[in-house]
Amino acid sequence: MKDIIIIGGGIIGCAVARELCRYQAKVTLLERRSDVSQGTTKANSGIVHAGFDAKPNTLKAKFNLLGNAMFDELAKKLDFPFKRNGALVLCFDKDELGGLKDLYDRGISNGVEGLELLDGEKARELEPNISDKVVGALYAKTSGIVSPYEMCIAYAENAAVNGCQFLFKKEVCSISKDKDKWKVRASDGSSYTADVVINCAGVHADDINNMVCKEKIEIVARKGEYMLYDKSCTNLAKRTIFQMPSKMGKGVLVAPTTHGNIITGPTASDVEDKEGLYTTYDGLGEVYSKSLVSVPCLNKRLVITQFSGLRAHSVSGDFIIGESSQKGFYNVAGIESPGLTSAPAIGVHVATEVANILSLDKKDGFVETRKGIPHFATMSDEERAELIKNNPLYGKIICKCEVVTEGEIVDAINRPVGAKDVDGVKLRTRAGMGKCQSGFCMERVMDILARERGIAFDEVEKCDGGKIVFGKAKGRK
Amino acid sequence: MKELICICCPMGCHLQVDDSDKKNIIVTGNTCPRGAKYAKDEVTCPKRVVTSVAAVDGGEINMVSVKTSDSIPKDKMFDALKLLDNISVPAPVEIGQVIVKDVLGLGVDFVATKSVSKQR
Amino acid sequence: MINKNLVIIGGGPAGLAAAKSAYDAGERDIVILERQSELGGILNQCIHNGFGLHTFKEELTGPEYAQRYIVEVQKRNIEYKLDTTVLSISNDKIVTAVNEADGLIKYAAKAIIVACGCRERPRGGINVAGSRCAGIFSAGTAQKLINIDGYMPGKEVVILGSGDIGLIMARRMTFEGAKVKAVVELMPYSSGLNRNIVQCLKDFDIPLLFSHTVVDIKGEGRVSSVVIAQVDERLNPIMSTAQEIKCDTLLLSIGLVPEKELAEKAGVKVSPITGGAIVDESMMTSVEGIFECGNVLHVHDLVDFVSKESEDAGASAAKYIKDGAKSEAKVSIVGADGVRYVVPHYLSKTASLDKLQLKMRVANVFKNKRLVAVLDGEEILSKKKQIVTPGEMESIILTAEQIKKIQSGEKLTLCLKD
Repeated sequence: MKDIIIIGGGIIGCAVARELCRYQAKVTLLERRSDVSQGTTKANSGIVHAGFDAKPNTLKAKFNLLGNAMFDELAKKLDFPFKRNGALVLCFDKDELGGLKDLYDRGISNGVEGLELLDGEKARELEPNISDKVVGALYAKTSGIVSPYEMCIAYAENAAVNGCQFLFKKEVCSISKDKDKWKVRASDGSSYTADVVINCAGVHADDINNMVCKEKIEIVARKGEYMLYDKSCTNLAKRTIFQMPSKMGKGVLVAPTTHGNIITGPTASDVEDKEGLYTTYDGLGEVYSKSLVSVPCLNKRLVITQFSGLRAHSVSGDFIIGESSQKGFYNVAGIESPGLTSAPAIGVHVATEVANILSLDKKDGFVETRKGIPHFATMSDEERAELIKNNPLYGKIICKCEVVTEGEIVDAINRPVGAKDVDGVKLRTRAGMGKCQSGFCMERVMDILARERGIAFDEVEKCDGGKIVFGKAKGRK
Repeated sequence: MKELICICCPMGCHLQVDDSDKKNIIVTGNTCPRGAKYAKDEVTCPKRVVTSVAAVDGGEINMVSVKTSDSIPKDKMFDALKLLDNISVPAPVEIGQVIVKDVLGLGVDFVATKSVSKQR
Repeated sequence: MINKNLVIIGGGPAGLAAAKSAYDAGERDIVILERQSELGGILNQCIHNGFGLHTFKEELTGPEYAQRYIVEVQKRNIEYKLDTTVLSISNDKIVTAVNEADGLIKYAAKAIIVACGCRERPRGGINVAGSRCAGIFSAGTAQKLINIDGYMPGKEVVILGSGDIGLIMARRMTFEGAKVKAVVELMPYSSGLNRNIVQCLKDFDIPLLFSHTVVDIKGEGRVSSVVIAQVDERLNPIMSTAQEIKCDTLLLSIGLVPEKELAEKAGVKVSPITGGAIVDESMMTSVEGIFECGNVLHVHDLVDFVSKESEDAGASAAKYIKDGAKSEAKVSIVGADGVRYVVPHYLSKTASLDKLQLKMRVANVFKNKRLVAVLDGEEILSKKKQIVTPGEMESIILTAEQIKKIQSGEKLTLCLKD
């Protein structure tokens, strides 16, 4: 059996892993953090782009269109939140309406369907909360929103069920060729051999490539800061609201999330520190002031959290997808926007290519579907009653803001590629994602994590290396 | 002249204390007699009720809250608290139960301010 | 569906006091729904003393104060359900709750008292930039970790916000061996009680920095430092004053927010100022038969006042169950000129009362003012105030005679005058 190693457990690594599991091969995914979805995947806009933005004849344009078309079916099969809510690109200046037309034309030449140019009034009919200053808009009906981390987790769980081995806290530090096989070493001393290595390492994809290839690539970490609003703001925008890139800069988006919050952002600044997932005073200020241009009634006091993500920007400008000059070393790098949209198509494309390289046959019994954690919050009372009858833990509300039960948290911990820490539980169940931002439930989630994982309460982490408490107080036994 | 903020109640009266004559300390700015007493005590021998927790063995919850049964000199607070560091009270604990008797020989006990039943 | 005259949501100080007084007013068919494993609410983790001076004329700790009311409820054999979370209430007074033992429970109530308290404003609410690593807690979460669970949330601590919980936690962390490096307050004054500034900070030489805020949080995995800076009059940070403080923990005590959502979803009108319901003198909200009291109605400074207000609500609910609703005609009660809000927001013109307490908060620190009640332009009441601060609730108690006079008017305004 051929060995395939995927480096990186983001949306791309997990999508590739799942699609490769259709073939007769041993697939192993190495992730440097202790969970999937920890890099760019968990901190981005969560937009399924229509495809009018990418330059024609680029990989970005190609995979954007292919990927977008796959979402409806995939979201059903893998049971992750997705909604085709449509998008508007707003233009605030009559002199710039030509730019809007250019976007429309680009979309048409990329093959995007459902595009329409609107005047300001029409745009406000669709989205009553947008600015009076809007003079025109491009309406893209095929645009959608997705929960990126839940999509990634869904891919990972489905890959695991289909035989992919997930190994965490494996930071790859060297890759060498030993006869026909690749030898991949992790910084904890472990090493793995593979016939094909697939580099899906996000902002670190250049480091991985440059360990192997003479043809160096450069990935720049481009920071995007975001603000997330309380669900009471949910009616402020039904569609994703972009600003047309103008002489004033790129603008920010205002969009609903699949869970009913409103997200605004991102900024775009290139940063040296590829671990620098911090927000900045200036960045948040910029997000807020720019978002007001689109939706003037946004109230800063209703922000519940802020975060930032790092886009993996390739200086070449396009996705880098394909086998490198080194046989059996395959790059999937520079996957920035529309990377999330493209992920399903990239996953299939890369799996098909790697299967060809290794002449792999399809295997029997591939499980196409995955069922997510039942979400108590969105169920009918009858469904709730039934669920509790079968498992009383669903009758115990742990996170009251998001109405998350102990049953869901236990499920999140114990399912394949399960949650290991407080943030892992949060991403899978939404416990701690509400108005109080885990003020009430964090310590109860810690308790459940300790019990289910058989570790001490004070060993429970928020995320990697993030111990929450410093041991027991006083004469505790 | 010393300036104090009265802590006897939420009023937080701003008190002026003239303690130039130790035998005749004059307090102004108080709106009740407790303020005068507080100011006099505070400049002669400041006292505090100390509240903390002690570990419970086999209880429904890990800790039981405790307080000193009366106020103790402010400079004895940390010595008193040390007495709670290495004890473990077997459950059940009753509210009012003495947890540490005669703290530092001051004639004051640490008592439980809460009942903790045995773990089910 | 279970028929129940009175469903009380929350078994903390507000719910307990409301239950007791509803019972004493003759109501017997009562259930209290509490989401935690014990009655007493947030008082269980407030192990410090200072509670009960008004109610019991002695200084109790939080758990002791709670116990007094728990005993009263148990003496009366009032039904309560623990580990039970209310999922929704409807405007026709159906309460849907859930727990492990009973599964999904639905009550058809004649009256509901919403007494589910408040929550702490999270970091997001004030847009503090920086890392999202471990070591950033709301003060109340840290309080629960130490006092109930017995774990230390930090060793070197900076506290943002000088609200009471922040001040109390400064002392609590110090008692447990942590070093509290500073308490940082955005405003030029503290919203906490004076006694707490004295007993929790001054006693331990913990610096309290007014007109400062946290502008950055650093750390990977765990907090390693925070950057603080002074703010200008418009509360914007002056970056040239920034200084970094090494610490492993940041506690946030940046305000409490009523848990208005349950009632709001039932159609209850909410005040944008208090964040809680708009109520009349009986604590009834805009939805007939739904009452609110305690910190879900407006954030109180002292639990004693929560108990008092909730006793009023309990008695009113019992009366409502017996007699039905009152007439619609109401005098509106508002705050102005330094008075941010007044509770209740309305006084029914036909209510027969021997006294009524108006509770209010001021917008700033004011000295040597008069707290004045103006009825349709006429000053009817004045009370001298040496000092009023936003951290402490002010109140005026109206006599039967004053109430009658007010009921003949249309609008009562409470304001501060020289």
